[in-house]
Amino acid sequence: MTEQAASLPPKPPFWNDPHIRAIVFQAVALIAAITFGWRIFDNTQDNLSRLGIASGFDFLSSSAGFDIIQTLIPYSAASSYGQVFWVALLNTLLVSALGIIFATLLGFIIGVARLSKNWLIAKLALIYIEIFRNIPLLLQIFFWYFAVLRAMPSPRQSLSLGDTAFLNIRGLYLPAPHVQTGFGWVLAALGIAIILVIMLARWARQRQMATGQSFPVLRMSLALLFSVPLAVFWLMGSPLHWEYPELRGFNFQGGLVIIPEMASLLLALSIYTAAFIAEIVRAGIQAVSHGQTEASFSLGLNSHLTLRLIILPQALRVIIPPLTNQYLNLTKNSSLAAAIGYPDLVAAFAGTVLNQTGQAIECIAITMAVYLTISLLISLTMNWYNRQVALVER
Amino acid sequence: MNSTKLLTTMFAAACLLAAGAAHAGATLDAIKKNGFIKCGVSDGLPGFSYADEKGNYSGIDVDVCRAAAAAVFGDAKKVKFTPLTAKERLTALQSGEIDVLSRNTTWTSSRDSAQGMNFTGVTYYDGQGFLINKKLGVKSAKELDGATVCVQAGTTTELNLSDYFRAHKMKFTPISYDKSDESAKSLEAGRCDVLTSDQSQLYAQRIKLAKPDEFIVLPEVISKEPLGPVVRHGDDDWFDIVKWTLFVMVDAEELGVNSKNVEEMKKSTNPDIKRLLGVEGDKGKDFGLANDWMAVVIAQVGNYGEIFERNVGKGSPLKIERGLNALWTQGGLQYAPPVR
Repeated sequence: MTEQAASLPPKPPFWNDPHIRAIVFQAVALIAAITFGWRIFDNTQDNLSRLGIASGFDFLSSSAGFDIIQTLIPYSAASSYGQVFWVALLNTLLVSALGIIFATLLGFIIGVARLSKNWLIAKLALIYIEIFRNIPLLLQIFFWYFAVLRAMPSPRQSLSLGDTAFLNIRGLYLPAPHVQTGFGWVLAALGIAIILVIMLARWARQRQMATGQSFPVLRMSLALLFSVPLAVFWLMGSPLHWEYPELRGFNFQGGLVIIPEMASLLLALSIYTAAFIAEIVRAGIQAVSHGQTEASFSLGLNSHLTLRLIILPQALRVIIPPLTNQYLNLTKNSSLAAAIGYPDLVAAFAGTVLNQTGQAIECIAITMAVYLTISLLISLTMNWYNRQVALVER
Repeated sequence: MNSTKLLTTMFAAACLLAAGAAHAGATLDAIKKNGFIKCGVSDGLPGFSYADEKGNYSGIDVDVCRAAAAAVFGDAKKVKFTPLTAKERLTALQSGEIDVLSRNTTWTSSRDSAQGMNFTGVTYYDGQGFLINKKLGVKSAKELDGATVCVQAGTTTELNLSDYFRAHKMKFTPISYDKSDESAKSLEAGRCDVLTSDQSQLYAQRIKLAKPDEFIVLPEVISKEPLGPVVRHGDDDWFDIVKWTLFVMVDAEELGVNSKNVEEMKKSTNPDIKRLLGVEGDKGKDFGLANDWMAVVIAQVGNYGEIFERNVGKGSPLKIERGLNALWTQGGLQYAPPVR
């Protein structure tokens, strides 16, 4: 024992111990970071009070005093700056969510079209992609807003669609649905239909596993989803009232309006992002080796089933991660809204509220935190979905 | 464009974060060290601040900065102009990106207090009005119920507009743009029925429209808009200089001193004029500047009346009457404390 211990090299001094060194370096780095952060915070407080600029978040509860063109929740000039924040946030979320849906649909269609065997369709898809992803987004927003939607007629010369919907330079006016008593039953019926569809899908799957017989799940589900709520709707005596837009005074009143600011932003965001998504979809499909298709065919699956059961599940693994990036980009790009007066978070909150209160640091900090949160949430959701479609090794 | 704006704001915020604690007088020291004044002006408002195709600025707001440069350096050209939108301007001043903001900005209590600024005076007494297409047949702002209104984001105009419609129990749809040009384009295209802004701006914007004759300014003036130069808190010396540059120009008009006769006037026997032009006493030196700085300002930039007529009055396409901006001796509001 003693001989062995003596033959060991002497213990190195602690400053040469890699373990201790690592801890010390990390501690130093952490302290430096905290000191730096504190110094900035302290300095800011100091400068603000020296210049006599108000700081803190009290301003959120004082009344805003200005109006906003599009509000999804009740808002008036008497509402607080805090309410402006929610209005602006919802406007951002609305345009981002719709943009993501449209961009995805359009992107998948164009992406598949790009691989079409039809020469014309493939070339058209290629032209679409090359044009829209190579023109700056801001320009595209200006194009839709200043060139296309400005060409609409004035309210008095509106384009009328069967006297229920009207299109003019002020936007697209649609009838607004007003729910009446009994509509709850229709929603309940829809809920039941959804549960039925899920049960049906499970049953069909189990039956196929057991007997090998397939069942037209999609068609039956659609039939269920439509017929059950519709039947209840008629039974309850159509408990939905439509309010039609009417030309009164300067403009159409009543109904639902899609303002051109929102329309052009949505168009530009969807079309621009769809071009990128199309390329991602194309790459994803091409990443699945052709041998898979041949193997599938030789097993007797037709081309539709091959696409659905063999190619898409494998392509999705390649598609999802870059698709997430596009969703994040779209959400962040929606802040270009400020350029055309759409009241999103950047325009209404980081713009107008910042200016009316002069509290730049608070407003910008809140706005950055919100975009960070939205982006992280999208990432989390997409990562979860990615795990669902990931290849399960057996 | 928007991202640049966001960047500007963030940069400004970063400057606020990073700027070290400074002693009073830092602004004036920095100006003297730089050799020029950093002046924030409008992004394009004829008569107030407008850059021609060669990039030469002109306008009342521009002349105020030139006068301050003449006061500090004896040379009215030592100014660097930064065009700012309504939304950017206050942060730019707070963060030190500019030394003085001379951008048709309304003097309000919250800007003086919570936002940490000092208004140095009033260059132009204005009020908010409405510009509308004649075709609509509207004669008064009270007939505007249900109208769509274009307005510039981040201005007092936006607040007055809401107040006015609330007070008269009328409804309206606001569209807030960052730039006044976008509002004007929208009015022309019919996106909005009416454009609201300070009256002086309405006249200025009207001459930029393709068919100015088709638009009229409604008679109602719905607010008080005293427009003036602003500096930030914390440098009283600089505040005094900007404030008195304006006063000197008003006093000069009252005493009949202008850019053409300033040399002759130095021989005047009137003690007020003698003090103003630095011939008698050392009123100029008290500001820490050359004793004759007031005379230099008048010689290089002119008195208030000259500036007004040249930029927005009879000598300009705007042809705005002096009105409230006449001297107090002529029934207006322009009044300056004496040099004494």
